[in-house]
Amino acid sequence: MTKLTIDDNSFNCQNDETVLDALIRQDVDVSHACKKGTCHCCMLRSSDSMPPSISQEGLKDTLKNLGYFLSCLCTPVQDMSIKLPEQSEIFSAGKIVVNEMLNRNTILLIIECQDVVEYKAGQFVNLQRQDGLTRSYSIANTPKEDKTLEFHIRQLPGGKFTGWVFDELKVGDTLSVSEPLGHCFYLPERKEQGILLVGTGSGLAPLAGILKDALLHGHSGPIQLFHGSSEFEDLYRVDEMHQLTKENPNFTYVPCVSGQHVPEGCSKGRANTVALDALSDLSGWRVFLCGHPEMIETMKTDAFMKGASMKDIYTDAFLVSTPE
Amino acid sequence: MSEETTGTSLYERIGGEAAVDAAVELFYRKVLNDYRINRYFGKTDMETQLAKQKAFFTMAFGGPNNYTGEDMRTVHARLVKMGLDSSHFDAVMEHLGATLTELGVPADLISEAAAIAESTRNDVLGK
Repeated sequence: MTKLTIDDNSFNCQNDETVLDALIRQDVDVSHACKKGTCHCCMLRSSDSMPPSISQEGLKDTLKNLGYFLSCLCTPVQDMSIKLPEQSEIFSAGKIVVNEMLNRNTILLIIECQDVVEYKAGQFVNLQRQDGLTRSYSIANTPKEDKTLEFHIRQLPGGKFTGWVFDELKVGDTLSVSEPLGHCFYLPERKEQGILLVGTGSGLAPLAGILKDALLHGHSGPIQLFHGSSEFEDLYRVDEMHQLTKENPNFTYVPCVSGQHVPEGCSKGRANTVALDALSDLSGWRVFLCGHPEMIETMKTDAFMKGASMKDIYTDAFLVSTPE
Repeated sequence: MSEETTGTSLYERIGGEAAVDAAVELFYRKVLNDYRINRYFGKTDMETQLAKQKAFFTMAFGGPNNYTGEDMRTVHARLVKMGLDSSHFDAVMEHLGATLTELGVPADLISEAAAIAESTRNDVLGK
């Protein structure tokens, strides 16, 4: 018999019993459906030990790395500490150190946060105002000595949170920062693999972080970034990206503008379309898609049809709250 | 077929889970490209779709699965209402064969897998 710990509560798991069955038997509410590893409804996270490999089969590499497993396929071989998906997140205090414009409608927000240290660029956190108003933003930098987290925040017309960030939030102010979430990040494996990064608007934030992480790890395969917007003025860090291509021969950067006026050096069209035109075969590539949900949905299918394996496609869609 | 392998399951002879993984994505691409049947295979939530295809291939290879005829009827009932019929089942069988051929699976093993998949026809079509 093994012990399962959730928060401060302990549950027992009989020999040959799965984690899911054990929790259900002891009245823990775990969502589940097929109970045979197909639907992934019952996915949980082990926070101390690596779960048995059979319970991670078919999961994305980044999920495996974070300790996620299918509870219906997991017969524990040792005691486990488990996190339920809806378990409330832990927030820590963050202090604003930079709040400046990256372009006409996107803010660079840098928050110093002593407690958020273990994260991967490309994951996201929830930022919370004193009154509880909360929004998710992707982390644009790799972990740094000075414990700062970088975010790119695009202004949305009527957006309550972005309005506050733009009009009121000042350097020195504090807000709450959740623990890092999400599984759209770089893992230093298969370094010869091609990496395709496609993003729209402030979707560059996670991609820039993933790019930096890959370069820091000495990724040797081609890395191609397509960053798009309808107007050139809504792109940012163009010079910085061009500079990175000079320093890293395996890195290519293509700014894309889908509107009428396309400046020299930019490709005409949406980032995903330009990327698909440029790359005829994505077999064996790792693909990261960040930004507009529709772009991501379309591009995910297109990348798969062009040969990318679904396990190698990572996405981070904007969640836009409707203005109230 | 050599003497030693007699008695081991088709699933093992065909290459187990690795073979299933290789087959599933090839198969799903063929299905999505086929206008005759792609409306029965959702384009949204492709991860879930692929997980289902994986269960299908595991079953067709005689591997570990818990499907009953009743399951097959229940999960496909909605598609039968949408017009799923024998011609669509034939198209799927065609892609199953083509996928395995492309992966270099020997013809006798393909026939075995096809026979297992074929045995679900009536349940899938709710007959």
